[in-house]
Amino acid sequence: MIAARRLDKISRLMGSRATPYSLKALNKESLLWTEFWNPKVRLLCNNDGVAAFSSTSHYSSNCNHSPTNKVLRNLPGYVKIVEVGPRDGLQNEKEIVPTTIKVQLIKMLVSSGLTVVEATSFVSPKWVPQLADAKDVIDAIQNIRGARFPVLTPNLKGFEAAVEAGAKEVAIFASASESFSKSNINCSIEDSLARYKDVASAARKLSLPVRGYISCVVGCPVEGMVPPSKVAYVAKQLFDMGCSEISLGDTIGVGTPGTIIPMIENVIRVVPIDKLAVHFHDTYGQALSNILTSLQMGISTVDSSVSGLGGCPYAKGASGNVATEDVVYMLNGLGIETNVDLEKLMLAGDFICKHLGRQSSSKTAVALTSKKANSKL
Amino acid sequence: MFLQKLYTRLNNMENPSKACNSFRLLFTMSSLEEPLGFDKLPSMSTIDRIQRFSAGACRPRGDDMGLGNCWIDGRSCSTSNSCDEDYEEYTGEAFPWRRHVKDVSEGGTFNRRASSLSKNRMKFEYVCDSRYLPDHQCSCKCNDRGIHGITNKFLKGIPKFVKIVEVGPRDGLQNEKNIVPTSIKVELIRRLVSSGLPVVEATSFVSPKWVPQLADATDVMKAVCDLENARLPVLTPNIKGFEAAVAAGAKEIAVFASASECFSKSNINCSIEESLVRYHAVCHAAKELSVPIRGYVSCVVGCPVEGAIPPSKVAYVAKELYRMGCFEISLGDTIGVGTPGTVVAMLEAVMAVVPAEKLAVHFHDTYGQSLPNILVSLQMGISTVDSSVAGLGGCPYAKGASGNVATEDVVYMLNGLGVKTNVDLPKLMSAGDFISEHLGRQSGSKTAVALSRVQTQKCQSAFILSSFQYPQIKHYQEWWVWHY
Repeated sequence: MIAARRLDKISRLMGSRATPYSLKALNKESLLWTEFWNPKVRLLCNNDGVAAFSSTSHYSSNCNHSPTNKVLRNLPGYVKIVEVGPRDGLQNEKEIVPTTIKVQLIKMLVSSGLTVVEATSFVSPKWVPQLADAKDVIDAIQNIRGARFPVLTPNLKGFEAAVEAGAKEVAIFASASESFSKSNINCSIEDSLARYKDVASAARKLSLPVRGYISCVVGCPVEGMVPPSKVAYVAKQLFDMGCSEISLGDTIGVGTPGTIIPMIENVIRVVPIDKLAVHFHDTYGQALSNILTSLQMGISTVDSSVSGLGGCPYAKGASGNVATEDVVYMLNGLGIETNVDLEKLMLAGDFICKHLGRQSSSKTAVALTSKKANSKL
Repeated sequence: MFLQKLYTRLNNMENPSKACNSFRLLFTMSSLEEPLGFDKLPSMSTIDRIQRFSAGACRPRGDDMGLGNCWIDGRSCSTSNSCDEDYEEYTGEAFPWRRHVKDVSEGGTFNRRASSLSKNRMKFEYVCDSRYLPDHQCSCKCNDRGIHGITNKFLKGIPKFVKIVEVGPRDGLQNEKNIVPTSIKVELIRRLVSSGLPVVEATSFVSPKWVPQLADATDVMKAVCDLENARLPVLTPNIKGFEAAVAAGAKEIAVFASASECFSKSNINCSIEESLVRYHAVCHAAKELSVPIRGYVSCVVGCPVEGAIPPSKVAYVAKELYRMGCFEISLGDTIGVGTPGTVVAMLEAVMAVVPAEKLAVHFHDTYGQSLPNILVSLQMGISTVDSSVAGLGGCPYAKGASGNVATEDVVYMLNGLGVKTNVDLPKLMSAGDFISEHLGRQSGSKTAVALSRVQTQKCQSAFILSSFQYPQIKHYQEWWVWHY
């Protein structure tokens, strides 16, 4: 990490554009590839390359009238990353992951700077045996500070179990596709919304925040394309019933920037943009470009999964969640704050991949790990 | 019919670009899942509709296979986005066409199909007053300029057509340890060409001592030089390589310089300046034989030794290659460290000295960043993208890490954006499948893996291909072609 005195020097040179967070969140690896074109940055670089920084307004200085400025002008200065690895990532694993491993993973993720980590799900163990230990996981992470741990609660029963276990935030999930709703949670969209109204109402009484998820916001494995108006309808329902945030999920990963734009455009007519998050799957390799598009449209919360945990149940062997490391790498390069330490995040990814006995699905993690190994030779 | 006359007239125009740009956005819009009702386009000129829905209007002319500036949609645009003027002449003819279309579209299979598809409501700020889409909600609600401004800004710079330069047979295979037989390489090239790829980098005339994989360059070139419908550039690092390439039948060559001094010395054993002098000689010889030259610049964002590369250095090398006669400069992020933030800065510097239509981007997916990098490049007006089938070609600087971006993934994204490529994705995937099977490993393309493993009925793969890849425009084209 950069020495305190050097931090002060950088801060003075950059003036108000370098915030304390932007300086503290750096590590050597992410610095190496920061934009050195900024002449002030270059002056500060030593042979180690350890003197650059990212600011919240990287591109506002010398290119106000440059056409390229429009491409990156509307990007948020800070993006909140919601880590879904421990729940969405692990729930599809065939081999049961021990509770201790799950808890350790969550601890490592929190220590990397992630402020929201979806811990587990209070669903019937019959449906998701991997998360049968939900209560134990919540018990074990009660005292972890610095992060929120939403848990999935498909119904009132799950909600009550979650509250009893000590959960302080819950999440509910509806689908924009009728067929998917029926096959995934065994009821129609309207029935599911009625169910969630009860959960949201109960949560409101206990002042518990509720996060809403919408699945199949672009396509459904059965119905095909899902109309954006349908997504907007479900988003509005969830928002009206009190969800503090709505996460729009491209469940089968078929979305591209071309389909994401109309979907988000419809949703932001009925839900304020600061209440929205995007949850893209990388099944077709489109997640990062979809995330970039979403950021350009003003979204500032992104769901991702460490090491790209969580495959696609509809295309066996295909990838699923976008890897948090890849997202953080991109956001670092854009000068967007995340408060996430990429190296520590990679350690967490390494830890769970070692346990699962396979390579990380994050290209950033694989590349950086390989680079480190080569440099040691 | 009058449309045939219109086509003829357009093609014979001195500056058909006048007809283009105001319809460009509408064309793009039409590709984005929006079912279109012809009867609801009251003041859209006939040319709008032709440009928008005709399968034929966007095919490049045979004599302009990317060497000049007429690649985009067969018209003479100096850049893919330079057509700024409305073409007023044909608005008067809109009526007969519109009436006719209305008759056909109402109640027909077209409408039924359109209504079964996604009814997105795409509106753009400056078209709301005169053009709108069926089932839309806001012909009168285009006051919400915040939303439309966002969408408009995002799509404005993206070209209608992107040329994909396939580098799999050369850049992809050159790092393979096991020698791939010549027959396999030739078959791969054939399959790639048959998928519609307009440019396939066939091989490299470098010393077999350095790249043993490509020692059969002469044999490969002789076997493919007569393939039609595609250009087959070959890498030539020096005059000797150039002469061997020409003797083998190569009709287009490529040279490569580096924006990083250290990389230049370690990769091609000479400084940047020395390499430029060398290529000067190659370009001079190529010009005498009227052989087009493509230039590559490597390490445009970062170097494994030097670290970050100043955009000004990249601009300098690009400008030198352009001045010595390269018709296209491909900017390569050799170690894949670029992100949209660094790519934009680099492109800005280069585009200040080389026209955008002469530039291509060549991103590596080592850190998973290539597709967003390609996206911002398109937004900045670049319309040529290098990629490698099945993501062939690893990163020699990070063992086990990925390298080239997979062509299938690029085509999937471009299809979803409504950008034409003329590439048939299933045929491309079959080429990827072929080489991956030979190499004994899974494709490096997530699109290819996903489509081949969708655990539904076989027809659903085709369903995904057609449903999520601007189905409307396909059907409209089919209807259009059938009807006329």
